[in-house]
Amino acid sequence: MMQRLAAIYRKELKSHFQSVTAYVTIGIFFIITGYFFVNIFKFYNLLSLQSARDPSIAESLNIIERVMRPLFSNISIVLLLVLPLLTMRLIAEERKQGTFELLLTYPVRDIETVGGKFLATLTTFAVMLAGTLLFPLLLSIFADPEPGPIITGYLGLFLMGCMFISIGIFFSSLTNHQLVAGISTFGVALLFLVIGWASPFVSPAASKVLLQFSLLKHFESFAKGVLDTQDITYYLFTTFFFLFMTLKSIESNRWRS
Amino acid sequence: MIQVENLTRYYGHTVGVRSLSFEVPRGEVLGFLGPNGAGKTTTMKMLTCYIPPTSGTARICGFDIVDEPMEVRRRIGYLPEKNPLYKDMCVREYLRYVCELKGVSRNRIKSETDRTIEQCGLEPVPNRLIGSISKGFQQRVGMAQAIINDPELLILDEPTLGLDPKQIIGVRQLIKTLGQTRTIILSSHILPEVSQVCNRIIILNDGELIAIDTPENLRSRIGKSSVLRLTLRNVPGSSKAGEILAGLDGVISIRNGPVDSDKVHLSVESKPGSDPREMIIARLVEERVPILEIRSEELSLEDIFLHLVTGEES
Repeated sequence: MMQRLAAIYRKELKSHFQSVTAYVTIGIFFIITGYFFVNIFKFYNLLSLQSARDPSIAESLNIIERVMRPLFSNISIVLLLVLPLLTMRLIAEERKQGTFELLLTYPVRDIETVGGKFLATLTTFAVMLAGTLLFPLLLSIFADPEPGPIITGYLGLFLMGCMFISIGIFFSSLTNHQLVAGISTFGVALLFLVIGWASPFVSPAASKVLLQFSLLKHFESFAKGVLDTQDITYYLFTTFFFLFMTLKSIESNRWRS
Repeated sequence: MIQVENLTRYYGHTVGVRSLSFEVPRGEVLGFLGPNGAGKTTTMKMLTCYIPPTSGTARICGFDIVDEPMEVRRRIGYLPEKNPLYKDMCVREYLRYVCELKGVSRNRIKSETDRTIEQCGLEPVPNRLIGSISKGFQQRVGMAQAIINDPELLILDEPTLGLDPKQIIGVRQLIKTLGQTRTIILSSHILPEVSQVCNRIIILNDGELIAIDTPENLRSRIGKSSVLRLTLRNVPGSSKAGEILAGLDGVISIRNGPVDSDKVHLSVESKPGSDPREMIIARLVEERVPILEIRSEELSLEDIFLHLVTGEES
């Protein structure tokens, strides 16, 4: 089991880091997140200068609240744009080229294929995310941010990435067209992100349901430095749900093809 | 080795393969012959456990393709029709990857990769990108991935498709060598290829099995009589040649072919088992009709194929 999963993992990881697409994607991710960080930090600077004259501002000056939290929510938006680009080729490309057919005639279980591809993309994503650790490190030179909320915030982003990647693999397994897979992933992930917005306009019961689906709602506690099992369960459950759906989709493909 | 029982596959309402049954003994090279859409590829995809049959089943090395696909997959090597390969991998790297997927133990991977590279004649290109080598070499890489881990059964879907004549000869030679120690199923619509390489042939049409036999038996099944083609010099006596030969023993009928300014063509149909060639020559020499050519014509596989598939004689 492990040998085959590891083989697929290594091959996928290598093809991530061999392709120009991955480097461009990761590069753009760093540029955009860096741009956000600089601006958020400049704004915080401005506020600190103003607080010298207006003590009421000083009370709300908190580096976690004013820098890390906006940064986390900005990173989550960038992930929404960038991760579908990494996941869209995973299965769609192999299906198009016919290598997937060959893969399915090797003594490899579907779960090993999907697991290997998922973990390889997760690793690439983890490298990307680790790069942004530079920002809190920079902050710690000038200020003294609490480590707790930063750690939980990163955990939250990691779990969110797991979810996006599993949605991405699922859509990649449905089609031969990478672009269709990428756009669908983006659409569904965006819907998960904004579904909570409708909650004020529906009945209280429905509103509760919508909030349960909301990705942002479940991210709040992480950004505040609180670990809530309910929120962790939300991300893990959706991740496993979409991976499970991927396995089912591969299985049903055998019948349809 | 392989027992196929009532194997059936529908694509929606269209038939892919209908109620196919046959057996293949160990060590045989079996050819699938049939027009496009006859069900060759569908049958192969079912035998490799890529698609499940709608009904019926097959057993490969005693393992059922529906119930024990993992055991079956461990024992087969498959070369799909379009020879899908990872173009951005090196030949050796790709073969290593296939070794790992097929569960070759870690300490044997190196020797197994080397063996297949040597056996498939890939020594000139082991470190080149698969996308950058010629189609002939790519086909060899396809064969190499199929024979990794020494499977008992090789399933090759149109292994010579799209190659140039020299490459075709090379791949055919490779199949012959591989066939000495393994069971092979291959499909093709190049008929001479099948008759050269295969011990037995299955002819499929519209998803149904029309015939399964050795190439020789298929020939004799349809070719009840043999035909001699004669070319004579056009001399005054040659116009009577037909009448003269019709009276000979063993000759069934004479058909007069085209008459050129200097040549006369005849075809002589003779009884099965009899060979009137010597008599014909002796008679014609007696009549002083110069013989330019005499040749016994065997029924070609094309004729058999057309006869079986379309039910008409060519």
